[in-house]
Amino acid sequence: MELEVILFGIAKDIVGSSKLKLKLHDGASVKTLKKQLIAQFPEMNKLKSIAFAVDTDYVDDNYQLRDNEEIVIIPPVSGG
Amino acid sequence: MIKLTKDPIDVNEVISSVYDAGAGAVDVFIGSVRNKTSEKKVVKLEFEAYEKMAVSEMEKIAVGAREKWPVCKLSIVHRVGELGLGELPVVIAVSTPHRSDAFEACRYIIDTLKQTVPIWKKEVFEDGEVWVAAHP
Repeated sequence: MELEVILFGIAKDIVGSSKLKLKLHDGASVKTLKKQLIAQFPEMNKLKSIAFAVDTDYVDDNYQLRDNEEIVIIPPVSGG
Repeated sequence: MIKLTKDPIDVNEVISSVYDAGAGAVDVFIGSVRNKTSEKKVVKLEFEAYEKMAVSEMEKIAVGAREKWPVCKLSIVHRVGELGLGELPVVIAVSTPHRSDAFEACRYIIDTLKQTVPIWKKEVFEDGEVWVAAHP
């Protein structure tokens, strides 16, 4: 399946775009997405953390992705 | 009142939004843009948010605060966009029947906001810029 992920903050700067298309096998987990992202953009591995949100809720590494969801990469937050 | 705004935050409006007949205390947290970080002069801050999730995470924090303390009313307002020195990125107000709960709830809200709400702050210096807390 082909997924489009949305990027903010430093993740957007690393990729150089606010959207990124990735090809993953059907039923791939967040863990797989994270591995592929780091393989493609090694700078991601230097971040303090990388979290993921699907349809505006945080999801863990085991979450199975589908192609009709809004997937967002959440680099370390720093509001306030 | 829970919201993000591009416009300057009206502190009095946030405070008066939590006044309540049952409240004996109102505690307020105001974040302000500091002029330096580790002795480097800050020129401005830029805040970016994943807006709909930021609001839903702030609503979750409000639910958490209400579960832990007898909150009468609470408000969380956060700025997005460019902020100059002395401007206010965040204003939080909480009212409770007694003061200790208001202090604790307000602290919980700002501490949790900094951990969970998808808002990112970039510090712009005279000679460069950095996304705050991105690296270990």
